[in-house]
Amino acid sequence: MTARIEMTGVSKAFPGVRALDGVDFRVEAGEVHALMGENGAGKSTLIKIMTGALRGDGGEIRLDGRPVQIGGPGDAQALGIGAVYQEVNLIPTMSVTKNLTLLRQPRRFGLIDWRAARERARERLRRLDVDIDVERPLGSYSVAVQQLVAIARALEDDTRVLVLDEPTASLDANETALLFKIVRDLKARGLAIVFITHFIDQVYAIADRISVLRNGRLVGCAPTAELPPPQMIALMLGRELERAEERTAQTPSAVRGEPILVAEGVGRRRLMQPFDLSLRAGEVVGLAGLLGSGRTEVAKLIFGAIKSDSGAMTVAGAPVGAASPGRSLHLGIAFCPEDRKAEGIVAELSVRENIVLALQTKRGVFRRLSHSEQQALADNMIEALAIATPDAEKPVGQLSGGNQQKVVLARALASEPRILILDEPTRGIDVGAHAEIVALIRRLCADGLGLVVASSELDELVAVSDRIAVLKDRRKIGEIEERAINRQTIIDTIAGPSS
Amino acid sequence: MKHAGNVEAETQPASRLRAIFTHRAIWPVIALALIFLVDGIISPGFFQIRVVEGRLFGNLIDILYRATPTALVAIGMAVVIGTKGIDLSVGAIIAIVGAVITWRIHAGDPHGLVLLIALAVALVCGLWNGFLVAVLDIQPIIATLILMTSGRGIGLMINLLYGGTNPSFTSPFLQGLSVGHIGLIPTRLVLFGAIFLALWLLVRRTAFGLLLEAVGGNPAAARIVGINARLVIYSAYLISGFCAGWAGVVLAADTHTSDPVSIGLYVELDAILAVVIGGGSLAGGRIYLGMTLLGVLVIQALTTSILTSGLPPEYNLVVKAVVVLVVLLLQSANLRAALYRMFARAKP
Repeated sequence: MTARIEMTGVSKAFPGVRALDGVDFRVEAGEVHALMGENGAGKSTLIKIMTGALRGDGGEIRLDGRPVQIGGPGDAQALGIGAVYQEVNLIPTMSVTKNLTLLRQPRRFGLIDWRAARERARERLRRLDVDIDVERPLGSYSVAVQQLVAIARALEDDTRVLVLDEPTASLDANETALLFKIVRDLKARGLAIVFITHFIDQVYAIADRISVLRNGRLVGCAPTAELPPPQMIALMLGRELERAEERTAQTPSAVRGEPILVAEGVGRRRLMQPFDLSLRAGEVVGLAGLLGSGRTEVAKLIFGAIKSDSGAMTVAGAPVGAASPGRSLHLGIAFCPEDRKAEGIVAELSVRENIVLALQTKRGVFRRLSHSEQQALADNMIEALAIATPDAEKPVGQLSGGNQQKVVLARALASEPRILILDEPTRGIDVGAHAEIVALIRRLCADGLGLVVASSELDELVAVSDRIAVLKDRRKIGEIEERAINRQTIIDTIAGPSS
Repeated sequence: MKHAGNVEAETQPASRLRAIFTHRAIWPVIALALIFLVDGIISPGFFQIRVVEGRLFGNLIDILYRATPTALVAIGMAVVIGTKGIDLSVGAIIAIVGAVITWRIHAGDPHGLVLLIALAVALVCGLWNGFLVAVLDIQPIIATLILMTSGRGIGLMINLLYGGTNPSFTSPFLQGLSVGHIGLIPTRLVLFGAIFLALWLLVRRTAFGLLLEAVGGNPAAARIVGINARLVIYSAYLISGFCAGWAGVVLAADTHTSDPVSIGLYVELDAILAVVIGGGSLAGGRIYLGMTLLGVLVIQALTTSILTSGLPPEYNLVVKAVVVLVVLLLQSANLRAALYRMFARAKP
C-alpha cells in the first residue's frame, strides 16, 4: 500500500548543526501520526520541509506514490498539505473572515466579494462544527477558538495532509477534547494527520502510530499500541527517565521559618478578586486552576507586572508599597513569564546578553558587569540548565523554543532572587527538559528559595508543590496542604460548589 | 591528531575570509573604497593633504569637516533608533539652536553663557520628544514630527524677538568652536571626537547600551525584567537633542547667521540613512555607533566627490540615491543569500 505522504532520506544541515540526517517518515491516509522528540530533535525542521517553509538538502518526498517537489509554502498548499503551527500565525486585529480569506479571496468584477467571503468563512468553520460571528476581530476570541480558525484556514477541500504542531499547548481539557473530536472526524474523512505535542497522554489518546526523532535521526516508528510510554520516552531521551510525577513526600521538607512573602487582599478589579497568599523560604506554592482561572494574574500581581488596586504585600516583613517589576527586582523577586516570545526573550540580543540582563538592571547602569563576568555567568547558566547553544554569543531568537525558555529562567536565576515566580515553566518543553526543570526547582528550594509555580499541568504541580492555591474564575477558592496534595483533591476543589 | 591539524589548516583561511566577508562593516567599507577609487582616477590630486596657514587642507579633510554636523546628528539618531524610535526633529532643533544663539548674542549675553543656553534649549527639545514618546506613548515618528514641523517656525519667531531685521552675529568664541583649528586639526573634529568618545563610553562601557537595546528589542520583556524603560527612552531623546544642538552650534557659527528656514534642512534623512547604511535596523534593538560614522562618511564622500568631479550638480542627488541603494541591497540578507547560492552553484 502506498502511503499518503512518504519522505525518504530527508536531510537538512544548518551552519554548525545537522538538523536532520536521512530521516524516513511516512503517514498513511486516515491515520493520526504522532511525531515525537525533544527540543531540537528535528521535528520542526521535518515539518517545515514537508510544508515548504524550508528546503531539504536531500531526500525524496512522495505524495500518494507520486514524487513531488515542494519548493515553497505555495507548492505545499497546491499539493494539499496544510499546517497549523504552534504559535498561531493569524492576525488578531483582523476579522475572522479576513483571516480566512487572506490567501484566496473570492472576487467579483475584480474586487473582493465580501459577502461570498463571509459565506465561505462560515462554511469552513461549519466543517469543524464551529459557529461564531465571523465579523468580529479574531483577537476577541479565546486562544482555543483562534486555534480552530487556524485549522479551518489550513483545511482546503482538497487537503490530503494536515500538520498540527502543538495545537493543544494553550487549550484546557474541554477544548482539547473538542479539538480531538474534530481530528477524529478529519481522520475518518481520510486525511493523513501529523500530530506534534509534548503531552504524552494526548499522544496515546489520539495517535495511531508514533515516530520518534532524536538528534535529527528517526529512532523509532511503531503503532501506538506497541510502544508504551516508558519505551517511547526512553527512545526520545536515549535513557530511561526517572518518573518525575511521583510526589516525593518522604523527603524532608525544606520549608522553614517565617513567611518571606505575604499578600493580603491583593487584587485588581475585573482581572482578579482579592486574594491572600503567603510563602516561606524553601517552600513551593503551586497555583492550580483551569485556563482563565487567574493563574497568570496572581503571578503577575505578586510580581507587580500588573498593578493591584487593592490589598498590601510584605516581603521579609517589610511593606512593599506599590509593586512594580523594578521594585520586585530589587526586593529579590524574579518572574519567568508564560509567553516567552512576547515577554521573555529579547530575540536580537545574544544568549549572554539575555542572561545578564536582569542582574545588570539590578546593579544599575553604571556598575556594568565586565565582559568576562558576563561570559562566566552565561557559561555557568548554559551548563547548569543544559541550554543547547553552540556558544553564548548566538542570538536567542535562533534557539529552539525550549532553550529560549531556559534562557529566560537563567536570567531570573542570575538576578539572585529570594522569591521566584514561574508561570508555566514547562510549557512547550519536552520531557527531558521538563524533568531537568522539576529537578532544578527542588534544588533551588533546598537552598532556601521561595517559589510560586503557576501551571496548567496538575501532575507537575503535584510533583513539586508543598502547598497549592486553587483558583477558579479569577478567584482563589481554596488551599491544599502538603499531605492532601494529589490530582484528585485539586480536581475536587475546582469541581466543588463555588461559594 | 595530524589529520585534525590538516583539516584546521585548510579551513582556517577560508573561515577567516568568510568572517571578513560576513562582517557588517564590509559593504560600507567597500563602498567608501570604490568612491575613493573613482575619485583617484578622475582627479589625481584628490588625496593631497597640504598645510595652509597652519592648518590641514585637502579633499579628505574637507569630507571630514563637512560631515561633522551630520555625524553629530547621526550618532544621536543611532541611539534613538536603537530604542525602536526615530527623531525627525533634529533639523528643527538645529534651526532653533541657531535662532537662540543669534537672539542671545543680540541680547548681549556673554558668549559662553550663550553656548550653555543653546545646549540647554536643545536638551529641552529632547525632553519634549522624550515626554511625548515615553510618557504619552505617542509613536516616535508622529511625536517627533510635531517638533519637526513647528521647530522652524519657532526659530523664525525667536528671530522676531530682536526685530529680526539682521539675524547675523559675530562671535570669535563660537566661530572658534566651529571653523577654528587646534594645531593642524579643525576644532570641530576634535570636539566631535570628544563627544563621540563620551557617547561610546556611555553605550559600551556602562550598561546603558545593553539596557537600551533590550528596551528597543522587546519593550515588554524589558519591562518584566524591571528596566526603567521610560528613563531609557527619555535618555535616548535627550542624547539626540544634545547631539543635534551641538550640530546647530557648529552650523550657526559657520554661517554666523540665524536662518531657520534652510539651516540643517533634510539632515534627519541623511542621519537616518547613515544609521541604516551602518547596518542599524529601524526595528530597533541594536546600536552601532562606529558603523553609523562609516555611513556618514560614505554619504559625505559621495557628495564631495560629485562636487569635485565636475559632474553637473543636478546629478548629485540621483547618483547619491543609486549608491545608497546599492549599499543597502548588498546588506540585504535575502540578496546576499541568493548571491551566495549562485556562487556556490557556480563552483563545481
